[in-house]
Amino acid sequence: MMPGPDQARNARDAAPARARRGLWSRLSESQNGLGFLFMLPAAIFLLFFLTYPLGLGVWLGFTDTRIGREGVFIGLENYLWLFDDPVFWLTVFNTVFYTTIASVAKFGLGLWLALILNRHLPFKNFFRAIILLPWVVPTVLSAMAFWWIFDSQFSIISWSLMKMGLIDQPINFLGDPWTARWSVIAANVWRGIPFVAISLLAGLQTIPQSLNEAAAIDGATPWQRFRKVTLPLLTPIIAVVMTFSVLFTFTDFQLIYVLTRGGPVNATHLMATLSFQRAIPGGQLGEGAAIAVAMIPFLLAAILFSFFGLQRRKWQQGQD
Amino acid sequence: MASVTIEGVRKSYGSVEVLHGVDVAIDEGEFVVLVGPSGCGKSTLLRMLAGLEHITSGQIRIGERVVNDLAPKERDIAMVFQNYALYPHLTVAENMGFSLMLAGAKRAAIAEKVRPAAEILGLAHLLDRYPRMLSGGQRQRVAMGRAIVRDPQVFLFDEPLSNLDAKLRVTMRSEIKNLHQRLKTTTVYVTHDQIEAMTMADKIVVMHDGIVEQIGAPLELYDRPDNLFVAGFIGSPAMNMIPGTLEEGGFRAKDGTLLPVTRRGSARPGQALIYGLRPELMTAGGDVPLVVEVTEPTGAETHVVGKLGGVEITGVFRDRIDVASGGTMTVGIDPSGVHLFDEASGKRVSD
Repeated sequence: MMPGPDQARNARDAAPARARRGLWSRLSESQNGLGFLFMLPAAIFLLFFLTYPLGLGVWLGFTDTRIGREGVFIGLENYLWLFDDPVFWLTVFNTVFYTTIASVAKFGLGLWLALILNRHLPFKNFFRAIILLPWVVPTVLSAMAFWWIFDSQFSIISWSLMKMGLIDQPINFLGDPWTARWSVIAANVWRGIPFVAISLLAGLQTIPQSLNEAAAIDGATPWQRFRKVTLPLLTPIIAVVMTFSVLFTFTDFQLIYVLTRGGPVNATHLMATLSFQRAIPGGQLGEGAAIAVAMIPFLLAAILFSFFGLQRRKWQQGQD
Repeated sequence: MASVTIEGVRKSYGSVEVLHGVDVAIDEGEFVVLVGPSGCGKSTLLRMLAGLEHITSGQIRIGERVVNDLAPKERDIAMVFQNYALYPHLTVAENMGFSLMLAGAKRAAIAEKVRPAAEILGLAHLLDRYPRMLSGGQRQRVAMGRAIVRDPQVFLFDEPLSNLDAKLRVTMRSEIKNLHQRLKTTTVYVTHDQIEAMTMADKIVVMHDGIVEQIGAPLELYDRPDNLFVAGFIGSPAMNMIPGTLEEGGFRAKDGTLLPVTRRGSARPGQALIYGLRPELMTAGGDVPLVVEVTEPTGAETHVVGKLGGVEITGVFRDRIDVASGGTMTVGIDPSGVHLFDEASGKRVSD
């Protein structure tokens, strides 16, 4: 902040007394000092709970630390080792696949729900409230419910399909690599839709009704109104919402940990679950940290793509 | 160009009826202003004409075509919204050509139509800008340009000037009127501002509480208001209304002042009436006493607020009046311009 004239005068008036006064009173009387004081709690919080763990994680990735034993710096050895580890590459594939499919599904279904909820429906507020439920329920709890839904013998889906005569034996949802992948994606989509739907609904409500009316008079069909007016105006919000959604999905841990623990034969192991498995039960803290750090480039790429590709639209910027 | 016929149109939201049977006939090429206080149903009527609101009962025809059940795009109309409703993600040129683009016109054909419209409105140098970068008046022009490009049967304007500052409003007022004189397209214009109505309209439709109070040319409404509502709504400063009764010698106000009357019409002696007197129909020096409260010189004329016949009235005088507050001046009244209304029904009784 630029020092104002008031501040300059205050500083001049205070000059003779400065020697007698303590650091505290000097800080609390200058604008910059006071600003610094007010920011301090937040800065300390961020430093301890974000910067320090992130720095520690990056550092651990360059060491051979194990649980109970201080490690030494080993350079890129962890990364070189991971580069030759087929299980690591499988988790990279799983994570990208899981994130891509789940995000596309969440986007499609979430947008569809938002568009429905944006219309004048009876019991609109009731529907808006219940749509949040999957998000409000703790992940572990919903994951347990899915665990039952996907049970190899008691699954309600298998039971229903068998009663309808469509299949003769229960589906082994979590026992076969590909059905397991699709099953965990389904659970993740179910959980992630409310966030997307409610956020996009908020975005839709910022679009003035008169734009749709003007488009209707201009001769737009409902599809053209969506495609040419609603969607372009919603793009900046879609970008923000989907960035968050991708970040949440890419780093997902709880759902996999409860449902499959990465099985069968690592088919649903994600980078986050592999990192945990190697670091905590496996005791290889350095290697686990390296896997976690390996996620950072993917996340940064997602953020940069969203920021430069979608968020900043020419028409949103002010005077040229 | 087409005529517009509105016949017995009603509108209800649930059990609440907001339009109670409206009949308006608009000729080809006419500039019609729907005017009334907020909540009178004028915007609802316009939106029903545009196809944005369902018509509960009655009939709306554009030309010979009944449009009750036609979608907005099939009605061949263009509308200018109060907030302009420009597409923020499209440039001025794209905004203006949007309807042609939807209709599948070629790029060159769109440009060919957009350019002359932009030139009429002085927007030619702004075609590549986004709405965000434009001033209020420019946005207003783009909204009109979008309507012109469509070359519709009817232009609809929904309070298009209410977001502009007073000075710009006067400029845009004459621009819109100019535009209408060039294009000769049938125009329906909604406003709550009676000055806009008076200055722009070929025909004014005064609405109040969901009914049409009176339809007529601006000066017709001014000179011969059908009822107290129109009398009070049209004209600024508003018509003075002095309650009293009719006698042989003239109009006796409640406080005993005798006011001159010539056009008695159907008024009976002894009937409780309202004496309607336009502020500019008084001249300084006469036999009616006016107790001055405030004088407001504007240079060209002087507005005097004071008590006459027991009620507060406003007078507009061409002379310079110098009477202190509390002092009394005398005024003359031209009885040929006086209106008499029945106090109970509010209907006009003088001819």
